[in-house]
Amino acid sequence: MSAKKSNFLLTGLTLPDGTASDLQIANGVITAIGKTIASNADDQVVDLQGSVVLPGLVDLHTHLREPGKEDAETVLSGSMAAAKGGYVAISAMANTSPVADTAGVVEQVYALGQSAGFVDVFPIGAVTQGLAGEALSEIGAMADSNARVRVFSDDGNCVHDPLVMRRALEYVKKFGGVIAQHAQEPALTKGAQMNEGLISSRLGLKGWPAVAEEAIIARDVLLADHVQSRLHICHLTTAGGVEIIRWAKARGINVTAEVTPHHLLLTDDYANSYDPIFKVNPPLRTQRDVEALREGLADGTIDIVATDHAPHPAEAKECEWQEAAFGMLGLESALSIVNQTMVQTGLLTWEGVADRMSRTPAQIAGYESHGGKIEVGAPAHLTVINPTQNYRVDRDLVASRSRNTPFHGMELSGVVQATFFRGIPTYLAGQLTSIHNYSSNAQGGSSI
Amino acid sequence: MKHLLSINDLSKSEAIAILDTAQELARVSDGPMKKLPTLRGRTIVNLFAEDSTRTRISFEAAAKRLSADVINFSAKGSSISKGESLKDTAQTLQAMGADAVIIRHGASGAAQRLADSKWMSGAVINAGDGTHEHPSQALLDAFTIRKHLAKSGEDLTGIKVVIVGDVLHSRVARSNVLLLAKLGADVTLVAPPTLLPVGVESWPCNISYDFDAAIVGADAVMMLRIQLERMSEMFFPNAREYSRYFGLNSDRVKALKPSTLVMHPGPMNRGLEITADAADGARSVIVEQVSNGVSVRMAILYMLLAGAPEGELDGINREAGAL
Repeated sequence: MSAKKSNFLLTGLTLPDGTASDLQIANGVITAIGKTIASNADDQVVDLQGSVVLPGLVDLHTHLREPGKEDAETVLSGSMAAAKGGYVAISAMANTSPVADTAGVVEQVYALGQSAGFVDVFPIGAVTQGLAGEALSEIGAMADSNARVRVFSDDGNCVHDPLVMRRALEYVKKFGGVIAQHAQEPALTKGAQMNEGLISSRLGLKGWPAVAEEAIIARDVLLADHVQSRLHICHLTTAGGVEIIRWAKARGINVTAEVTPHHLLLTDDYANSYDPIFKVNPPLRTQRDVEALREGLADGTIDIVATDHAPHPAEAKECEWQEAAFGMLGLESALSIVNQTMVQTGLLTWEGVADRMSRTPAQIAGYESHGGKIEVGAPAHLTVINPTQNYRVDRDLVASRSRNTPFHGMELSGVVQATFFRGIPTYLAGQLTSIHNYSSNAQGGSSI
Repeated sequence: MKHLLSINDLSKSEAIAILDTAQELARVSDGPMKKLPTLRGRTIVNLFAEDSTRTRISFEAAAKRLSADVINFSAKGSSISKGESLKDTAQTLQAMGADAVIIRHGASGAAQRLADSKWMSGAVINAGDGTHEHPSQALLDAFTIRKHLAKSGEDLTGIKVVIVGDVLHSRVARSNVLLLAKLGADVTLVAPPTLLPVGVESWPCNISYDFDAAIVGADAVMMLRIQLERMSEMFFPNAREYSRYFGLNSDRVKALKPSTLVMHPGPMNRGLEITADAADGARSVIVEQVSNGVSVRMAILYMLLAGAPEGELDGINREAGAL
């Protein structure tokens, strides 16, 4: 491995609280914060004037496709996309092939992440065997494995049987786990293609009513309350869902919720093109829903932003809408969209972004080495964004192995300048670098 | 206008121009020599990814009467049934030099995908896409209504049309609501609430659950086909109850004015949405809809491929006269 410098002095930054500051990193930890830090001889000095530094981003909802669909994404390519988007930890959803429903699969995914060396890849375990919704998977074995799984989800499928959901919620209390529910009542969404409303009716695409999402959320917050367990709602999309979560939290129910960047920005108007690049599960909703989601994220009803990064090969989208796969890329554009929809609109401060995209997701999932404050002695997991720089999204320039970004051709605001993972710049000056390419590997390694 | 994907692609005057052109072309069809040389040397592909008899034959007849070369590409036994993608099919047709593709497809939006993609460059005509639209059917329905109840060159202002049945899954209903409203007709949709789409109240028409009330004063009653698979999907309790509330039977026909047209886009479920005596009665124009379909589709092909500003209609007349 090349003997690259692994000590850094980052200058010209603004901390999340608005303070201008430099920041020094040595051996994987933050060693100094303040104005005009004297550089050491072996420091690589990086001028980041005009940029904001955040605690490294943590994604609770990523589809990496490996094992099984390596033509769409691998743990390596997804890790690189994550680093480019400012992430230092991602959570690999269980809907791979084979499904991540045994200790063997989650350990494999975890190991692939560590050997890629761009981010920590924390596997999510399936709630039920084969995601079939019928029998619990080996939840305990996955929790006790090297991957130490704490989040369980059948994402893509809803754990729709209320008894299975109840049992899962109860079972994970044993080790402080959490069930992340994909809220979609299956009978109400059979063959559904997009949000049910004026546009689906006109386009003749089968509608996906908001109530199909809200009914499951309502049921599950009541179940979580009854068994005194912890529930996380994946990708909330409806104004009604926000109201139910708000109500549940007011009652003291232990529920958290996430919203995706695409649901903060896009509406079902995009389906008018019949271009399935905009086909996603759950579907894009209305402007009213978008506004409710933004308000919910701002006031903390929605706890976190999660990408639901869902890579698909070209042929899965170059077809008729109803034949196309659900899902869109998210990792590389997430922070720009949050900047644009939440920060530039005045709904969220940078401290708020640090909370919604780093601290709280790490806390929900129990990723103890992540989501900490930017302070001396802390592991140097950092994300640097220039919030005023604009760029046009080009699907041919993504780090992901797939190109299904709905933002292609759109102008977004806020460019990730650098990502530091364990003190190493996995992304800097447009270059992606694995931590394994650094000679003196840093400390602060993953201890979940 | 390059493609005909939706009624929304047509302005009111373009829609009227198609009806007027169809009327001229119908005169030719009624003459001894049915064929015009207009599209000689042009290749038109009938891409029917979903089973259809009458629409395919109607377009084929229309294209042949304009002297186009017609290639039929049907789902059964073709590469589509072997899982070929729409993209590959389109590129194949492009390579064969298709000037226009008439597409019938089970997926809503398939025609628009074909037109918007760079997979092929020819004109795309939507011959029915999923539960979205069927614009040529609406044009032939409007043509039929106008022929009986209004004058050529005019719109359908004040004509009361009642459309009855499975609006939710009907591409015919969607196109007809858009076109008839555009032409000034007073449209009422009649269906059980389960078979009306969410948000239908924002469409340019009236909504009723009561067929008997809605047919009072109707100038045309258009019955929609109830597909048999709806029976198992609980949109209504059973066929008998559907017929009782929403079927066109002899009692309801008696309640109609003598001049009221009885229409159906076919194929009919006799005994379900329409009884035999209603379908075959004096008010029925169901068979005439089929023959009007050929003229209207000739007009569509003519407008799209021969590029058809009004002046060129004289050309048709001359050619027809010369034949």
